[in-house]
Amino acid sequence: MIKRLFNFQGGIKPDSHKNESAGVPIRPAPLPARLTVPLRQNARSVARCIVEPGQHVLKGQRIGEAQDFLGTAVHAPSSGTVIEIADHPMAHASGLTTRCIVIETDGDDRAVPMAPFDYANTDRLTTLGYLRDCGVVGMGGAAFPSHVKLGSGTGIDTLVLNGAECEPWITCDDRLMRERADAILRGAKILRELIGARHTLAGIEDNKPEAIAAMQEAAKGIDPAIQIVPVPTRYPAGGEKQLIRVLTGIEIPQGKLGSAYGVQCFNVGTAHAVYRAITFGEPVLSRVVTLTGNVEHPGNFDTLIGTHVDALLPLAAPQADTDRYILGGPMMGLALTDLSVPIAKGSNCIIASSPALFPPAPPERPCIRCTACASACPAGLQPFELYWYSRSRNFGKAQEYKLFDCIECGSCAFVCPSHIPLVDYYRYAKSEIWARERDTKASSEARERFEFRNYRQEREKAEKAARLAAKAAETKAKMAQEGSAPENADDAKKALIAAAMERARQQKAAAPAVTGNDTPVPDPTAALPVKPTEDAAASTTPPDQHAQPR
Amino acid sequence: MIHSPYIRKPTSVQRVMLNVLLALTPGIAAYVWQIGAGILVNLLIATITAAAAEALVLRLRNRPVKLAVSDLSAVLTGWLVALAFPPIAPWWLTVLAVLVAIIAVKHLYGGLGQNPFNPAMVAFCAMIVAYPSLMSQWPPAGGLDFGTQLQLILGGARDLDAITSATALDALRTGLRAGAGSVEAIRQTGTFGMLGGRGWEWIGLGYLLGGAFLLARRVITWHMPVAFIITLALVSAALWAFDPARFAPPWFHLASGGAMLAAFFIITDPVTGATTPRGKLIFGAGVALLAYLIRNFGAFPEGIAFAVLLMNICVPLIDMKTQPPVFGQRGGRAP
Repeated sequence: MIKRLFNFQGGIKPDSHKNESAGVPIRPAPLPARLTVPLRQNARSVARCIVEPGQHVLKGQRIGEAQDFLGTAVHAPSSGTVIEIADHPMAHASGLTTRCIVIETDGDDRAVPMAPFDYANTDRLTTLGYLRDCGVVGMGGAAFPSHVKLGSGTGIDTLVLNGAECEPWITCDDRLMRERADAILRGAKILRELIGARHTLAGIEDNKPEAIAAMQEAAKGIDPAIQIVPVPTRYPAGGEKQLIRVLTGIEIPQGKLGSAYGVQCFNVGTAHAVYRAITFGEPVLSRVVTLTGNVEHPGNFDTLIGTHVDALLPLAAPQADTDRYILGGPMMGLALTDLSVPIAKGSNCIIASSPALFPPAPPERPCIRCTACASACPAGLQPFELYWYSRSRNFGKAQEYKLFDCIECGSCAFVCPSHIPLVDYYRYAKSEIWARERDTKASSEARERFEFRNYRQEREKAEKAARLAAKAAETKAKMAQEGSAPENADDAKKALIAAAMERARQQKAAAPAVTGNDTPVPDPTAALPVKPTEDAAASTTPPDQHAQPR
Repeated sequence: MIHSPYIRKPTSVQRVMLNVLLALTPGIAAYVWQIGAGILVNLLIATITAAAAEALVLRLRNRPVKLAVSDLSAVLTGWLVALAFPPIAPWWLTVLAVLVAIIAVKHLYGGLGQNPFNPAMVAFCAMIVAYPSLMSQWPPAGGLDFGTQLQLILGGARDLDAITSATALDALRTGLRAGAGSVEAIRQTGTFGMLGGRGWEWIGLGYLLGGAFLLARRVITWHMPVAFIITLALVSAALWAFDPARFAPPWFHLASGGAMLAAFFIITDPVTGATTPRGKLIFGAGVALLAYLIRNFGAFPEGIAFAVLLMNICVPLIDMKTQPPVFGQRGGRAP
């Protein structure tokens, strides 16, 4: 049966440069002397550290616990000693540091006992909890927790497996599909059962014929109902929403998740991780990383999470004129400013860059409104309008023209004849809008706190007055009843004063428990913007995007 | 800080402009063949003036001169002015027009990408209002040798009625107003060819070829030329069917005046035109409709320049009202 494919608007065809690194099988990267395991695995959640410096840990031992809705567990990728729990730079555009557990490996690579998980005889929620505790997240780049994606699903019709890998240079999914198609498809079966989907479609760009063949071969043995679908090579076909569109025809609007439309999408690497977790009880300890670009020996390496980039690079032998390194692909990747950053679960590729390979952009020229960017935009935007409004700081207009539908894929900047770094303008506008919304939110919260404090003080004053009046009346009445009407006014006064002092003493003792409970504390971690990537595209809405001034 | 993407398509403003200049060459070749080489002199004058004016203003504005002049946008403006003007226009008229286009229309509004009006068309309108007689003296096809043309351009005596003629549009218009008979009768005179003006039809065909090149190279999209040509054909066909004695047939309108130059090179100016797909259709159709109305009912024989300026005014509104739906708004499973 030939699957009918759909088209997404826009897109570009950059040189794919896959051959450089796709020819060599995946090799394990050697065990590094030190692993720096970030506790933050995505933009909105940090795991709680459950080890102490000096503690010896085993491979696969849980060292960080999920502590909120989007949290997942973190594990020691190899055995060794925790030497430090400290802030460490991460590969993130913000350049912010994050809490990391630093492990000095002992070379034994001794593992905790791992056992298969019998998900067939376990209820769904427990299985999802198990995946969370295995640290399974999206391996396509966004590292969105898989159990959350799986948890949203009832009424899911189609499971989409993302093997498109549309960014140039990256081949880690390509190699994974060629070499471990069986594991990927068994993982896909597990995923399909967990979301109760009826169909499984695996989309692979048609520039990877070997991967397509391997997956088709594996599907025959595992479940012929799994359809391996070659899709036209056109960046960004591997964007989650673009791939869903191509395979199913469904367009998922910005801010909506696939589950609302009966589709759920997982990267092939994620399916592989799910398979390892369920079948072998093995949490996510490593991932395949492509090393390519201006290097002598490009290839793919099975790399432990927490391996420092500079410890990994010698494997590929970067050439002398390498001037910087890009984490991710050339369209959406991040130029690393610090090579000591650790490989995280979403780090798929490191490209050594040289001026010859990625020449610096020619000088920026004025926009001539040629609309080449609009033709290239996969989100159907008018990028040059967003550019004008972002540039003139007219952020309201930018939002009106759907700035937040932009997935920052870079297609517009790629085709711009005026060499305008368009995406930088959108990032700038987005961060300014987030900052303004945070300010508005903070000030409205401050105002609310202040108003509530005034109200509380007024209320307490009134209550106190009422209490005092009642007390006085009571004392008076008591005295009158006892028949010992005060001989003189002094006695009555003394009695009242003594009663009041007693109350004050009691109040003082109770005071500390009362204050400070009515102030909502904003979550400081919400400040980190999400970097949309190939796998999740726009499915993870940036943190404060929906924050409305109250 | 340097951000993604790190790769770019090998393209530039210069390359875009160069493509457009290249696309003009078939039309220019037909021009030289049919009318004479005088146009080349005018093109040269316009090129030099445009580059010099651009450099001068950029220097006054403290902008990088070399970078901007080399983008060829000013040269393109100069060429369009020269091609829209009579090929025997005196040199100073071309110089003045190009100065108006580059200095007043382009740079006073902020330079490349910022001008709301099409520079070549403003220059054309300004000159036809200021020097109506000079702007309506055209050489007949093959009627003037290069020496005479050069002499006229460089400011020789202009005893013109003997050697120049009106354009086909002008002749038709004058003829109809003078009561010289029906459209068909007037079109029997030597000014007219099979479709439009004699000789000028070939130039139109040259522009059409160049337009196809631009479409193939994706420098322009199909929307504006198609909307322009279809609208002009439809509206002229309607009135021609209504009264063939008073209104010229659609092929005459398409082959006459600046129709083909406008369809592929004037209205497709990205800076001053509409940008959304639907907006481009409206823009092209609007220019065609207004141009037709001015040709038939206005005070000038050729209305394209005024039509373009009128539609330029509408561009912000058109763009605002025709924003295309974004991904996810189109809904459904439509392929």
